[in-house]
Amino acid sequence: MPNLKDLKNRIASVKSTRKITKAMQMVAAAKLRRAQEAAEMARPYAEKMAAVMGSLAASVGGGEGGPALLSGTGSDKTHLLIVMTAERGLCGGFNSSIVKLARQHIERLRGEGKTVKILTVGKKGREQLRRDYGDLSIGHVDLSEVKRLGYANAADIAGQVLDRYAAGEFDVATIFYNTFESVISQVPTAQQIIPAVFETGEGEAEGGPQYDYEPSEEAVLEDLLPRGVATQIFTALLENGASEQGARMSAMDNATRNAGEMIDRLTIEYNRSRQAVITNELIEIISGAEAL
Amino acid sequence: MADTMQFDLVSPERRLASIEARSVQIPGAEGDLTAMADHAPLITTLRPGVLRVEADSGEVTEYVVTGGFADVSGSTTTVLAERAVPKSEATSEVIEGYIAEAREAHQKLRDTPDTPHSVADAAAKMLADMEALKGHMMG
Repeated sequence: MPNLKDLKNRIASVKSTRKITKAMQMVAAAKLRRAQEAAEMARPYAEKMAAVMGSLAASVGGGEGGPALLSGTGSDKTHLLIVMTAERGLCGGFNSSIVKLARQHIERLRGEGKTVKILTVGKKGREQLRRDYGDLSIGHVDLSEVKRLGYANAADIAGQVLDRYAAGEFDVATIFYNTFESVISQVPTAQQIIPAVFETGEGEAEGGPQYDYEPSEEAVLEDLLPRGVATQIFTALLENGASEQGARMSAMDNATRNAGEMIDRLTIEYNRSRQAVITNELIEIISGAEAL
Repeated sequence: MADTMQFDLVSPERRLASIEARSVQIPGAEGDLTAMADHAPLITTLRPGVLRVEADSGEVTEYVVTGGFADVSGSTTTVLAERAVPKSEATSEVIEGYIAEAREAHQKLRDTPDTPHSVADAAAKMLADMEALKGHMMG
């Protein structure tokens, strides 16, 4: 049986752990609210962008001679996976679930004989993927210095990706991130961004007003496609940001509760052994007195 | 016939304005245009410039916008700008920052040997537009 002093020390240490996890939970809750607001504010832009590009893409068509970002390079041999994770740990299964999804994709694509390249955003994803797929990595984007995610960050990443695409380094790009559903549920998502995929809004194209385009449909589309890529990356970054905080909040809530239970258990054990010590001393005194 | 329309100005990070407007002057890629209620449906890309909105009350607000497009239809006008700031907040430093960025992009393209002419021209035009914008703002 551990002695009293050890128990006392352990209780003190678990108590201070609980304080830390409690504080982290509250910080995550505050950050989550901000992240959700940011995601909310970005929504009108992303929705409008998708709607206009969708109708444009439908009318211009992705046939031969169309913009490469829409029609693709004509092959799908080389895949670029953009894996977006957090810069920090202690957020439950947040990072692992993204990496797991990415792994499945990598294995499937390799099984089909495709070439896979990986671009990681966020430190945790790189650490987890480096062991098995370190040779596939073609780059890493570090966001650990970024206090507040801005569109500029997404535009930077998009710029890198587009440059590589223009240089013919890959044919298909897919982003991996967590979609924020609620504090307890984040869904790992894979989304293809190059060539662009649109949800075809049937009927809408027919019923909507007939637009004039300036300078021309093709020119507008050409201008919008790169922006669309940046917008999708930005949306993913924001979703990921909110998911990370949500995941951290529930992980820390759990940790706080576990610490509380542990403290209760240790306190009972402490009191029991304290009683046992007293009883022991009494027995010693009594038997000493009897022996006289 | 209604003489106002719903006007929205959104950037990727936030919605800057959502008001009933009488007219909106848009710096289109092919020249400025003013949208009023019941304008024919039109989508145009933007060049860097000043967006001028006249609210229903007659109040005029101006924004500096760069990149993006405008979607004009009969009853709504939506401007999606990559960057947009109210003119009152657009100090010369902000504009200088944009210009420096455009110049850098232009320089980078010029240094790349096999850049298509159209791309290099677009960068040069961007730079020129930015400088014109600065002249407009300061003058």
